Amino acid sequence: MTHPPDNPEHPPLVVEMRGIVKRFPGVLANDHVDFSLYKGEIHALLGENGAGKSTLMNVLSGLYRADEGQIFVNGQLVEFRSPRDAIRAGIGMVHQHFMLVPSQTVTENILLGLDDPRFLLHLNHYHRKIAELAEQFGLHVDPRAKIWQLSVGEQQRVEILKMLYRGAQVLIMDEPTAVLAPQEIEGLFETLRSMTEQGKSIIFISHKLQEVTAIADRVTVLSKGRVTAAGQPMAGLTRRDLARLMVGREVVFSLEKKPQEPGEVVLEVEDLHAENDKGLPALQGVSLTVRAGEIVGLAGVAGNGQRELAQVIGGLRKPTKGRVLLNGVEVTRKPVRFGIDLGVGYIPEDRTHVGSAPNLSVTDNVIMKKYRKEPIARGWSVDMQAATRLAEELKEAYDIIVPTVETPARLLSGGNLQRVILAREISNNPAFLLAMQPTRGLDVGAIEGVQRLLLAQREAGAAILLVSEELEELLSLSDRIYVIYEGRIMGEVRDGDIEKIGLMMTGTPLEEIEGGENA
Amino acid sequence: MDWIVILQAGVASGTVLLFATLGEIFAERSGVLNLGVEGMMLIGAMSAFSVAVKTGDPWMGVLVAMLAAGLLSQIHAFITVTLQADQVVSGLALTFLGTGLSLVLGEGLSKAGTVALLPAFSIPLLSRIPLLGPVFFTDQNVMVYLGYLLTPMAWYYINYTRPGMHLRAVGEHPAAADTLGINVYRLRYFYVFVGGMLAGLAGATISLAISPGWFSELTTAGQGWIAVGLVIFAQWDPVRGAIGSYVFGALRRLILDIQGPQTLLWFANPFYYNPYWGFFLQMLPYAFTVIVLVLGSREAVRKRLGAPAALGLPYIRGERGL
Repeated sequence: MTHPPDNPEHPPLVVEMRGIVKRFPGVLANDHVDFSLYKGEIHALLGENGAGKSTLMNVLSGLYRADEGQIFVNGQLVEFRSPRDAIRAGIGMVHQHFMLVPSQTVTENILLGLDDPRFLLHLNHYHRKIAELAEQFGLHVDPRAKIWQLSVGEQQRVEILKMLYRGAQVLIMDEPTAVLAPQEIEGLFETLRSMTEQGKSIIFISHKLQEVTAIADRVTVLSKGRVTAAGQPMAGLTRRDLARLMVGREVVFSLEKKPQEPGEVVLEVEDLHAENDKGLPALQGVSLTVRAGEIVGLAGVAGNGQRELAQVIGGLRKPTKGRVLLNGVEVTRKPVRFGIDLGVGYIPEDRTHVGSAPNLSVTDNVIMKKYRKEPIARGWSVDMQAATRLAEELKEAYDIIVPTVETPARLLSGGNLQRVILAREISNNPAFLLAMQPTRGLDVGAIEGVQRLLLAQREAGAAILLVSEELEELLSLSDRIYVIYEGRIMGEVRDGDIEKIGLMMTGTPLEEIEGGENA
Repeated sequence: MDWIVILQAGVASGTVLLFATLGEIFAERSGVLNLGVEGMMLIGAMSAFSVAVKTGDPWMGVLVAMLAAGLLSQIHAFITVTLQADQVVSGLALTFLGTGLSLVLGEGLSKAGTVALLPAFSIPLLSRIPLLGPVFFTDQNVMVYLGYLLTPMAWYYINYTRPGMHLRAVGEHPAAADTLGINVYRLRYFYVFVGGMLAGLAGATISLAISPGWFSELTTAGQGWIAVGLVIFAQWDPVRGAIGSYVFGALRRLILDIQGPQTLLWFANPFYYNPYWGFFLQMLPYAFTVIVLVLGSREAVRKRLGAPAALGLPYIRGERGL
């Protein structure tokens, strides 16, 4: 192959991918994708979930092999058989799910898989080496610390260090901000800029438009496995343009939220304490209220007690102390069905295993909370004709796209499955709706649909507690936002002040923030 | 009852548990639970004894025992690592297979007569330390001394060497190891093999050193299961494993000896006058094993004890997360 000619106006090309095709059974994940990366740039790779971003980057990092197409690194044609080959060529991937061994130290994680040290570890020598490297790029982390002792942001730095230590010239960052609090995101961006200044090149995978506009020099957009924008300079591109390139149609950004006065208190959580699966305290005195006709957001970095709180409210976990009241009736330490009968609707985080029964039909899944009552129940038997009729009605009303309602739930796409769950929970006319990450992993179109349904419930007078890690979603839907950190409520925000929310997400109570402002 | 003798014999009989436990620690640290220890030990005991009878060389017996049990373990590796089948089921099947094979191949071996055993000797100087000397360093079998060497070596290897670090990584987070170019499958095969060899060594230690002879499945008498329980008790640490092994070895010996004398200290010995109580005592180590295994199978307990996070899970490349 000939060397691709360098454009004199640009810095040299470090990576060029040409005509990459990758097929999975039934799916064409990458359809003749071209991608190029200049030295010292931050190149965003944008696309919805399932657009083929991760596949393309897994090809570049050696995890997958392309069915067709070629990869050039510094002008040389290369063939990667494993991640090791890619790293040797200077390409390192920082995975979205960190690839770190929690019980080992930072140094051990960085040295894994390397030939040096040969046998004995000589940890002190390597601690020093790694501390120096960390210093050079402003990635502050203690090399002696065990991974489980580190915050998510620090763990990400270890991932980056791991690649830098291997001499990576190109860093692929797979959705690096998904797990970070706003302040940590700012820190990450600074690190990325300092790395490009030192000659590294960065591929930034994301589906968040505002981050891409904030950090990237150029952008490549993928949609359904094809390139819809190839390496366009960010200057002159608006978020609206990017969204259109991603989805292939205009996307409405602001949802219509009618001003309305909230009604009576529906949900009351009083001084709730609970343990997580490991028996460690997960909730340490959570109190909050949700009124009829309002959406209350619960913000927080994943793993700060949101899951346990949702489980206690849903009746799936017993609290060690405190109680949950629904319209004045205690629902804690009662069977799950007691809450359901009082009008609790629950949209769980895990829609495939908790939210639905994957091998049962759509019909079976939508009648799960109705089969005991007329008209689905007839005596002690289930009237399957009535069930099918109901399922057909819900399929129409909630826009569920399936061939028939007999289709097993596992064959549905994420968006359709979520609509099945919403149909089941909302058609019960719940007094209180608990929505846990209702839009996670859905594409932009499906997110919009789910958010509209939540707003419609608010107008219908339901009390809604929305737990989400997407700040943007919380800000656009919620009337008030609580922030949870290590099982405690740090404070409540009504004006959508993102800076305050960010500080609380990283553990500063609201009183301290406001105290600091007044002082 | 002479306490020194009981402790001395306990250390000897604990050495069998020690080898089996160390082997299982290696396998489990790599993420593979192997419940076939008992079967592998029987194969080891049988082949060691029969080779020693044939060749007259006990060392040849030890070598063949380790290879035979190691070979058997590779069936488990193939089923669980390559075919990604359930480790519990495969391990149980391996015990049945090993037990059956050793009974068939060892037919008539119990009447094979005398055989050259592994040597026993005292260590000069060390044997003169009060208390410790007679218990640990006097008239012990060469295998017992090998156990003293192997334990710190295993501990150091796992915690302070590069291959040990890779072993831990493969058992804790195989996907992370894989992305860094560590061959998860090859390492798991290897450490299952190491586990098999050490189980074979444990078997050979019984039949050629500690209680010589071939007594069909009574040769091991369930010690493989005790070793599996000890791994959990030891929290996957070789040094704790050694302590547990010696304590259990001493207990086994104590249970035998306690029924002998008419008086215990200054009481009338209840075990002497009610021989049936002895069966209850003999049951205790196994009851302990059952309890530890039941507790250890609970996810929460395992996490608290520090079990390798990927223990029992087949590694399938390309699956997100773990």
